[in-house]
Amino acid sequence: MSFLIYIPIGLSALTGLFLTANAVDTGIYVHGWIFVIGSVLAGFFVIKKSFDAPRFQGALPGEDFEYNDGVIRAGLIASTFWGVIGFLVGVVIASQLAFPVLNFDLPWTNFGRLRPLHTSAVIFAFGGNVLIMTSFYVVQRTSRARLAGNYAPWFVFWGYQMFIVLAATGYLLGVTQSKEYAEPEWYVDIWLTIVWVVYLLVFLATLWKRKEPHIYVANWFYLAFIITIAMLHIVNNLAIPVSLAGAKSYIYWSGVQDAMIQWWYGHNAVGFFLTAGFLGIMYYFIPKQANRPVYSYRLSIIHFWSLIFLYIWVGGHHLHYTALPDWAQTLGMTFSLMLWMPSWGGMINGLMTLSGAWDKLRTDPVLRILVISVAFYGMSTFEGPLMSIKAVNALSHYTDWTIGHVHSGALGWVGMVSFGAIYYMAPKLWARERLYSLAMVSWHFWLSTFGIVLYASAMWVSGIMQGLMWRAYDSLGFLEYSFAETVEAMHPFYSIRVLGGVLYLLGGMLMAYNVYRTIKGDQRQERPFGVPVAAPAQG
Amino acid sequence: MFDHSKLEKNSILMVVCILIVVSIGGLVEILPLFYLESTIEKVKGMRPYTPLELHGRNIYIREGCYNCHSQMIRPLRDELERYGHYSLAAESMYDHPFQWGSKRTGPDIARVGGKYSDKWHKTHLIDPRSLVPESVMPGYPFLAETALKYSDIAQHLEANRTVGVPYSDDMIANAKADLEAQVDPDSDNVDAMLERYPGANARNFDGVSGKVSEMDALIAYLQVLGTMVDFSVYNAEENQR
Repeated sequence: MSFLIYIPIGLSALTGLFLTANAVDTGIYVHGWIFVIGSVLAGFFVIKKSFDAPRFQGALPGEDFEYNDGVIRAGLIASTFWGVIGFLVGVVIASQLAFPVLNFDLPWTNFGRLRPLHTSAVIFAFGGNVLIMTSFYVVQRTSRARLAGNYAPWFVFWGYQMFIVLAATGYLLGVTQSKEYAEPEWYVDIWLTIVWVVYLLVFLATLWKRKEPHIYVANWFYLAFIITIAMLHIVNNLAIPVSLAGAKSYIYWSGVQDAMIQWWYGHNAVGFFLTAGFLGIMYYFIPKQANRPVYSYRLSIIHFWSLIFLYIWVGGHHLHYTALPDWAQTLGMTFSLMLWMPSWGGMINGLMTLSGAWDKLRTDPVLRILVISVAFYGMSTFEGPLMSIKAVNALSHYTDWTIGHVHSGALGWVGMVSFGAIYYMAPKLWARERLYSLAMVSWHFWLSTFGIVLYASAMWVSGIMQGLMWRAYDSLGFLEYSFAETVEAMHPFYSIRVLGGVLYLLGGMLMAYNVYRTIKGDQRQERPFGVPVAAPAQG
Repeated sequence: MFDHSKLEKNSILMVVCILIVVSIGGLVEILPLFYLESTIEKVKGMRPYTPLELHGRNIYIREGCYNCHSQMIRPLRDELERYGHYSLAAESMYDHPFQWGSKRTGPDIARVGGKYSDKWHKTHLIDPRSLVPESVMPGYPFLAETALKYSDIAQHLEANRTVGVPYSDDMIANAKADLEAQVDPDSDNVDAMLERYPGANARNFDGVSGKVSEMDALIAYLQVLGTMVDFSVYNAEENQR
């Protein structure tokens, strides 16, 4: 039976050859070769695995199985790598807005092609890898079962990396659908769908093997994230390709219907990818790191169902005062305001888990990172409903305020909670006694926090200023500023943003180094964290 | 009372419940948009893009212009004065996908058509800061040097027809000729092209005769933006119900 695994590999190699041989544009030509190379590597991987002696290291104490942690180790390295790359591209495009000469006026270095590279790298490459690896980690431990499938988890990992490479190279070559956060073209979308279905099956099949009677709350959130993203991805990306060997396609939807579907997708990429999935991380890693149970079981149930029910309605708030009918805009705003409740309910559930353990914040920088991520979650889920109010949105929409809001959520919540999970998992996955350096974790915490503060405050000022300048009238009743004047006024804030981004990037690089040394098994000699330097007075 | 632990013990039941809960919002908000008059009304003047404009639009998408330019004027006083009449749903009915955008790092360009000369656009696209010193827009000099690839233009029209754009057999059969005619005002095919696409601009957009460049296509697209509906005769009440 095991030879059956070669059939899909052969098929994907043949698909790649077909695309390359008949390519009508450069994008699909390059991508055909990536399919071929990926398939060949997958073939080698499978052959090697079948010849390797099984590396059964011994079952867990009291169990008849061991966890499948190899794919999670790979996921941790990939997450760290893509994180640094994503932050770096972010710094590059922020610099381009401050100093446009850095565009170099070449097709593959211009802002318009690099911006999707940044957003996809941080959301899908960094965030996606963190979600896949933590979900595999959590589902095994909370189910007391080994990850289902032999090749399937590895297919999910490598298939997802190939999706990232196809998307990223596509952007640089000008292959894009122009739908924000859904830019990859039709054939990459199909590939991701295949990977995603296997991901769902691995996750579910592991749950079916569970020895615990109950499915743990973190897994509810992971499940909702996987299912809903599949639904959003398929509907939003329906398209008719111009040619079966060409990259270009035309989206099935158009105009106002397409706008609503896009932001139904777009805001729920936030709601389910960047929120529900990462709440799964919060519900497992904060209790583990604090060594305390989740604050309230009942609150988790309310949090879960109300969050996933309300989130799906809010996309309309991206389309206030547009040609979308008013009732749809108002629904988007109303549900955004209601969403504040489950968001803060979840925040309270995360923070109150520390009841009786708050002192650990002084001695444990990893817990500190996890806790500030929840604090940032609370801040940006307060700001979001505020910005969804039509009167506020009339000012904030189209400005940098939106960009600032997204980044306080992405850098503060998604980034920080991921860093916390990575720091928690790294020593455990490689069976090390502890991290290489806790002092570096603390440095990372402060670099990131200051970076976010600089970034968010610069964007608040520039966004609100921009909005006010656009609508400013002089005493004679004429518009006071030309558009170019408002662009010029942004320059100092764009420069401050670059500085904030650089600090955040430095923090990410410090983490990469710390993780690398931890994997190597090194331990930095440093005094115990959180212990005062001076000894208490004797006497 | 319902016992939540039933869900916690049955993954399939949980999956089904999640699917139901996350479907409701989308169904309520999206489905009516395919039936309501205000979102599917046809407004006089709206026509499918010419083959050249369509390719220009594809270059607009390829270069990621939507990242910084919106094409959606809101009915707010300052926007009406700065950009013109607010955008109608009908004006993007042939846009697969829509290009409303979400950010104005540069100005809205829903009605940029006809506001500047072709020469201005060409100079501005090659070196934005030569005309607008404060601009942070990248330059696109390579568009002027790159020949437009349009051998498969008929297939593009056909794909658009499949997703609902009313391209006729006649338009598809003449796609290549129409594309070439639009940049060559002296061509014999111009009249036939204008009959198929009323009100289209037929001129040498990049000022270089001979080949059709990507610059031709992009400027043709920019110059038609927001010009199809004649607002001196448009009656907003007419389509209300």
